[in-house]
Amino acid sequence: MMTADLATSLSLAAPELIVAVGAIVLLMLGVFSGPKASSTITGLAVAILIGALAWMVFFVDDGKAFNGAFTSDPFARLMKLLALIGSVVTLVMSVGFAKAEKFDKFEFPVLVMLSTLGMMLMISADDTLSLYLGLELQSLALYVVAAFNRDSVRSTEAGLKYFVLGALSSGMLLYGISLVYGFTGHTGFVAIADTIANGDRNLGLIFGLVFILAGLAFKISAVPFHMWTPDVYEGAPTPVTAFFAAAPKMAAMALVVRVVSEAFAPMHSDWQQVIVFISIASMVLGAFGAIGQRNIKRLMAYSSIGHMGYALVGLAAGTLAGVQGVVIYMIIYLAMTLGTFAFILAMRRKEGNVEQIDDLAGLSSTNPVMATILTILMFSLAGIPPLAGFWAKWSVFLAAMEANLFALAVIGVLASVVGAYYYLRIIKIMWFDEPAGGLQPVAGELGLVLGLSGLFTLLYIVVAGPIGAVAQTAARTFF
Amino acid sequence: MLTGLAAAFFYLFALIAVASAVMVIAARNPVHSVLFLILTFFNAAALFLLTGAEFLAMILLVVYVGAVAVLFLFVVMMLDVDFAELKAGALQYAPIGALVGIILVAELAVVLGGYALSPNVAASVAEPMRDLAERHNTAQLGDILYTDYVYAFQIAGLVLLVAMIGAIVLTLRHKEGVKRQVIADQVARDHRTAIEVRKVESGKGI
Amino acid sequence: MNDLLSSYLPIIIFLGLCLVIGLALMLAPFILAYKNPDPAKLSAYECGFDAFDDARMKFDVRFYLVSILFIIFDLEVAFLFPWAVSFGAIGWFGFWSMMVFLGILTIGFVYEWKKGALEWD
Repeated sequence: MMTADLATSLSLAAPELIVAVGAIVLLMLGVFSGPKASSTITGLAVAILIGALAWMVFFVDDGKAFNGAFTSDPFARLMKLLALIGSVVTLVMSVGFAKAEKFDKFEFPVLVMLSTLGMMLMISADDTLSLYLGLELQSLALYVVAAFNRDSVRSTEAGLKYFVLGALSSGMLLYGISLVYGFTGHTGFVAIADTIANGDRNLGLIFGLVFILAGLAFKISAVPFHMWTPDVYEGAPTPVTAFFAAAPKMAAMALVVRVVSEAFAPMHSDWQQVIVFISIASMVLGAFGAIGQRNIKRLMAYSSIGHMGYALVGLAAGTLAGVQGVVIYMIIYLAMTLGTFAFILAMRRKEGNVEQIDDLAGLSSTNPVMATILTILMFSLAGIPPLAGFWAKWSVFLAAMEANLFALAVIGVLASVVGAYYYLRIIKIMWFDEPAGGLQPVAGELGLVLGLSGLFTLLYIVVAGPIGAVAQTAARTFF
Repeated sequence: MLTGLAAAFFYLFALIAVASAVMVIAARNPVHSVLFLILTFFNAAALFLLTGAEFLAMILLVVYVGAVAVLFLFVVMMLDVDFAELKAGALQYAPIGALVGIILVAELAVVLGGYALSPNVAASVAEPMRDLAERHNTAQLGDILYTDYVYAFQIAGLVLLVAMIGAIVLTLRHKEGVKRQVIADQVARDHRTAIEVRKVESGKGI
Repeated sequence: MNDLLSSYLPIIIFLGLCLVIGLALMLAPFILAYKNPDPAKLSAYECGFDAFDDARMKFDVRFYLVSILFIIFDLEVAFLFPWAVSFGAIGWFGFWSMMVFLGILTIGFVYEWKKGALEWD
């Protein structure tokens, strides 16, 4: 590799480089300054991530780096922006929880940074090798943070479960990758697509495609690879759950979109079947599974399964409008999820954090502001107009209709009607049940996230135009 | 294709590998299971050698036999599990095991069938391996791993770093109130701080 | 290909020799030795005594951490072999590439050391 190549490669991957070097520096800083420094480290981690984000928005061009292993395009930059926002907000939200629950170890922000680095590499991966390595970097850090509260049986169980199933899914992914490599002779996405377009589509390639999709479906917790989600969401410490629900989903979804619409674009009819299946299964299971839940983190797990199903509806269409719909959906999902988790983190009583839905009873009389914002978020998650969640579903269903996937769109609408039930149940408990002891006042940073998220959801219609345009630019990468 | 003596050795190693793999699950004593696993690794390494993949063969020995098998032994010894009792319930998992087995066989069938489905697949490989007589396997890997694949190589380094942090975060515990040897302090002592010369009058103690 | 395999011939001969000698030493007593056992001969004697309980006991979990860390550095070493072998062909770029890799893992090593993971308290 020439030095000139290296210079351009490094300039394209500069945000990743900033995060990587930052994580290493913070690790050293943390270990030399002792356990007291954890909130300083968290602050610095947030600053570095924001720095990387700003650098990416202002200074990074389009192009390919490292012999085609890494790509920078509008889609990658937008999804990385979302993943970075997810990580930054979760780190900010974790500060209060860390102090209250003896969670304050400096390794947490460092691991979150390394995991975010993995996500950025995943999103930019243009080669199955870099796809796999990015995914492993992200997952390995996630396994550790899931079990971070190592004295809690539930947290270690969550970590172990996630690890075992994650290793299984990595195995499937790797098997699929090796089959695809065996039958095309290439690891680069573009080269794979060229080979498929020029040759015949054979059984081995289809097997490879299915295995890759199965491995990736695990990472976005789509049915039938969702089994880990409720247990991990419930068992992991709440800031970790918030992180799980936000950032990795962005990266994994970006990866699914890129793999099917870049590497396997010539096999559209093959992957469409799989995507339609996991989309329908996720929507339906997300809607019905959540009904019986009493724990709000478990409920959010099923909710996220359902939302991934809706986002995949857009991908199933396989058109420009479809991918644009997926991007819009992920933006809105991120905003709603972060807001909801800010609320869950704010569910504190004197004796500690509470997680049961019944603990919210009568919140409207004890804390009307919080109750109102959560109501907005719940209405939005349920997809009630004119809130953001409605427009998210609108964009993906519209794309599906345009691609003649009527059955998929109809099932999606029906699933969201069923899903509305459990979101509305929370609202009913807050507004119409007897008060069950109020919550403590919301910490500043949580209030800020909650407020911003509520505002975004409520006033999405105002910014819908620019966001739609940005999403379209991103989606044009593939069409 | 392997012929003659090489083929004979292939069947020898393959036979021992399969037999010892069966013994891994059939052995009563879990320590014996691990030892059979090591035998399987050795034979797999020999099979790699027969295909010319010297580096993989050596790594299998260095990493799997040298480190992973030792870790397995630790785990087997560390967990004070009644293995007889554990095995009694193993039969109820047989359907799941059979399912996984069937999937694996299907996967193998796909790979083997691949040669029948698209016989020209080997020709489409972007960068086929050079002749081993020209440059051996390890060197061929080294030629590209650190330059063309520098990106993947550095990420691998970061993955190892995360593994290190993770292992320490999750398992390291310090006992409270342990007295440690501080070698620097010991070395820093000299005759001025360690001994004191006093005049003692005869017939009296200090 | 056959050149490669024939270079492993000494090892094969060596293994064969080991097998023959080992088996011979193990089997010879069955054929040659004089056997006339009685209970007193078969019981534990002199300083030996019957085992109190199972020799397999719980190991300290810290062994596990040590071996995990060992595996990680073992893998690091695995990357060094091809580097050393083709050092002449990859130039300065390859050299610095490895130095960065080693640097990352040295950071991990410093972390480990400062954390006290290498101490046995």
